[in-house]
Amino acid sequence: MSYDSNWEVVIGLEIHCQLATKSKIFSGSSTAYGAEPNTQANAVDLALPGVLPVFNKEALRLAVKFGLAVDAEIGLRSVFDRKNYFYPDSPKAYQITQMDHPIVGKGHMDIELENGETKRIGITRAHLEEDAGKSMHGTYHGMTGIDLNRAGTPLIEIVSEPDMSSAKEAVAYMKKIHSLVRYIEISDGNMQEGSFRCDANVSVRPKGQKEFGTRTELKNINSFRFVEKAINIEIERQIDLIEDGGKVIQETRLYDADKNETRSMRSKEEANDYRYFPDPDLLPVVIDEAYVEQVRSELPELPEQKKQRYMSEYDLSAYDAGVITASRELADYYETVAAKAGDAKLAANWVTGELAAKLNREEVEITEAKVPAEAFAGLLLRIKDDTISGKIAKDVFEAMWNGEGSADEVIESKGLKQISDSSAIEAMVDEVIVNNPSQFAELKGGKDKMMGFFVGQVMKASGGKANPGQVNAIMRKRLEE
Amino acid sequence: MSSRYHEKTIAELSAMLHAGEVSSVELTQYFLDRIKSRDGELNSFITVTEEQALAAAKAADERIKNGEAGPLTGVPIAHKDIFCTDGVRTSCGSKMLDNFISPYDATVVTKMKQAGVVMLGKTNMDEFAMGSSNETSFYGAVKNPWNTQTVPGGSSGGSAAAVAARLAPAATGTDTGGSIRQPASMCGITGIKPTYGRISRFGMIAFASSLDQAGPMAQSAEDCAMLLNAMAGFDERDSTCLDNEVPDYTAELEKPLAGLRIGLPKEYFGEGLSPAVEQVIRDALDEYKKLGAELIDIELPNSGLSVPVYYVVAPAECSANLSRFDGVRYGYRCADPVDLMDMYTRSRGEGFGAEVKRRIMVGTYALSSGYYDAYYLKSQQLRHKISDDFKEAFEKVDVIMGPTAPDVAFKIGEKSDDPIAMYLSDIYTIAVNLAGLPGMSVPAGFVNGLPVGLQITGNYFKESQLLNVAHQYQKNTNWHRAIPEDFA
Amino acid sequence: MSLDADEVKKIAYLARLKIDEADIPGYVSNLSNILDLVEQMNAVDTTGVLPMSHPLDAVQRLREDKITETNQRERFQAIAPATEDGLYLVPQVIE
Repeated sequence: MSYDSNWEVVIGLEIHCQLATKSKIFSGSSTAYGAEPNTQANAVDLALPGVLPVFNKEALRLAVKFGLAVDAEIGLRSVFDRKNYFYPDSPKAYQITQMDHPIVGKGHMDIELENGETKRIGITRAHLEEDAGKSMHGTYHGMTGIDLNRAGTPLIEIVSEPDMSSAKEAVAYMKKIHSLVRYIEISDGNMQEGSFRCDANVSVRPKGQKEFGTRTELKNINSFRFVEKAINIEIERQIDLIEDGGKVIQETRLYDADKNETRSMRSKEEANDYRYFPDPDLLPVVIDEAYVEQVRSELPELPEQKKQRYMSEYDLSAYDAGVITASRELADYYETVAAKAGDAKLAANWVTGELAAKLNREEVEITEAKVPAEAFAGLLLRIKDDTISGKIAKDVFEAMWNGEGSADEVIESKGLKQISDSSAIEAMVDEVIVNNPSQFAELKGGKDKMMGFFVGQVMKASGGKANPGQVNAIMRKRLEE
Repeated sequence: MSSRYHEKTIAELSAMLHAGEVSSVELTQYFLDRIKSRDGELNSFITVTEEQALAAAKAADERIKNGEAGPLTGVPIAHKDIFCTDGVRTSCGSKMLDNFISPYDATVVTKMKQAGVVMLGKTNMDEFAMGSSNETSFYGAVKNPWNTQTVPGGSSGGSAAAVAARLAPAATGTDTGGSIRQPASMCGITGIKPTYGRISRFGMIAFASSLDQAGPMAQSAEDCAMLLNAMAGFDERDSTCLDNEVPDYTAELEKPLAGLRIGLPKEYFGEGLSPAVEQVIRDALDEYKKLGAELIDIELPNSGLSVPVYYVVAPAECSANLSRFDGVRYGYRCADPVDLMDMYTRSRGEGFGAEVKRRIMVGTYALSSGYYDAYYLKSQQLRHKISDDFKEAFEKVDVIMGPTAPDVAFKIGEKSDDPIAMYLSDIYTIAVNLAGLPGMSVPAGFVNGLPVGLQITGNYFKESQLLNVAHQYQKNTNWHRAIPEDFA
Repeated sequence: MSLDADEVKKIAYLARLKIDEADIPGYVSNLSNILDLVEQMNAVDTTGVLPMSHPLDAVQRLREDKITETNQRERFQAIAPATEDGLYLVPQVIE
């Protein structure tokens, strides 16, 4: 980001995360994604006259689970409020949410900065609320179509402190939260389907100034890439505006990915007065310490705890441990590989190296990896027992990915077994020496660099199968002869 | 004459049905005919469901024949048009829902169906239950059968008038600030608003959620007890409906009243109470004394504030409850909206009547930023104090008595231009809703040919005791059996 | 407390109620009177009194996370003002 260093950026995020319940937060309708419009909108979701909400037990459990995972205070008595606003995708024209007494209070999340330092981002609160329906614009003779299947899907809104000072930090934080909610299995985190979305509050101020600048709210940014771009473009806009003598006005802005710009959302512009008050249809949600402890006991090992364990137990670097624990699936994969291969460090190198690169190239998630953890461990075992070299192993991995069988099957069928037979290697070494007399003379004359040349030539002659250690040893022997 | 079924209470009709002296179809037809011939003078029904009623009556007769009947099986009643009834228009007295055919039944309606009760139709009411005279209905004012120049009270005015004129043996009502008790008083019938949470609110179109409660309106306390038995009970679809045991409300009816401590709040007998009404109430209290009760003066010091508090709490809640009527999914949508805002503001502006709009606006104002603390929060704090007054009183007395309304029924049109005067007609009933207590109105006499109701308020979940106290009075008086001459 | 016409219009707008210009004075006077009535509340000091938003001293009951509802779209949309392809139609929403 190229804005000049006279400016300081202040960012806070509001993350909306759908909770992975079967039924809606206040009704028995399914929350499954992708159904025909309005087939999962029942009387309660449609706000028919006379209907009433009843709170879903699982939504409560998942919200508490989140609170515990970010080390937050849990609201033992939380209260649902009505937030009043008219919009066609909000059937009651009020959203049931939590204002003064949220289920999750102050917590925090640590992010890793590019310089390797850790920064603690405060979480102000996380409250339970219901999602709205969806509007289909522009179709239907110029009218808008409303689908209320999503209306009433449980959400937690995770509100951060304005602790982030760059778009990169904001993305790092959002990724951490995203990883966490999947870790603790409270959400599928599917961003394409809108299960995980984010609004960003962005402001700038001259360096050293204490008061915050006027902030704008960027709505509904649905990918990590867009979060970064949208925030950066908004920072630039605000700085330009102020430097040109203008003033930032507090407003809601929408990021337009096609044009890479943010623009004012006029529809949200009118002075919003949400007229919050306690929802008289719902009673205070009261839980006790025993309940909280029960939920705590259901928490899996959290990413941070896992990372620390990998560092101490497996002697991994902070970086490797961080990469592997970024997703629970990857960590699970890694642990299986490490255990079966009996070598945690080798497993870490391969998981963060070859495997990660492959996933990246193929743009697939670890859960879709074509080589299952057990098979991957099988490959590492062959490296460990010197059946193949690391270099050959990469080819074997490629073949395994393409469905050509297990590591052993690929090695067998392609004849990739490492040559460790000394007489065979000696023969190859001798042939290379005979074919390259001048180079051998140089080597003998003390030009050590030439050693690499000879090892390389032998490896080449063996089709990469010769055990490089043995090749080296035999060359040394020949030099002394 | 044995065919004068309209002179019979539900208890009596139930006995006749079970004895085979009359069939449900006969009874139902009898009341349908009565509605057809007489309701033109009263306007107490919005919808008469003749076909469904006769079909239900037939099914009830079958149940009776097969020995599967309960005490209410085959008894015809009317439902206030605030209860959603599957396949039947549920208007809530509003243009907004004039075209609303409910796709589901309210829990109260379901429970009545399960008991074998036959629905005759849906009764008129103040629009969205907002009113004390039944003059705010989109379907026109309801007339008091005791004097058709006067109002029947509200908001359950259609139910009260229908029962008073014996167009239906009983009806359901709802009470947010007195909407069962005040019209019961003005029409000379018996009505009970149970403890908040006793009857499910699911399917009962919400006015003010923390105050609304359904209840029966009938000729006698005994009938109310029978109906309450069917209506009360837990409903998993209502978070505010309590899961505690429902007693048999008829079980304690015959308990003697000796030693009963009756509290008389001095605030209910002061300025604003018609002296003639006060005399009727004093006479009723004398009757109780004869039955062995003890009269004890008490104070409810904050009850004077119940009207101001109510006119913050109820409008605030209603302003949000009525937001769902937006012309999108059901109900009235204005013609040819030019844009979304136009659709909202015209659908709501045209669909709601003036009183509803007033209350929505008061509530919107009271909740808006900058005013919340002064209005809404303040009202909630006072609600606590009003509630505490009752708690203290019930440490000294078993029930509290006084007039249900400060005066008898007033003339149609007399107060319709003066909301404040109208609001004050609920001055004795509102505090009971704010506290969530059970309350009744029982006919206690007449002033100028118009009925006067005695209000009896009990402690939480003491409905059995209230019904017992009312029943013992009705065993010794005949006010509740009086039928308006024109409808005799 | 007396409201003026602008305030009444602002409230009406917040509540999405179209009020005819001719009716505004009536609402101004009625609403002002109601607020005067309401302000009798100020006669009592409520410092330190807990607000009571509910008559019951009960806590929220929790529902099992089970799907209990089935698709009734046809039934529900039969009473809707405007639908197409299963969607509720409203005048264009501009964002």
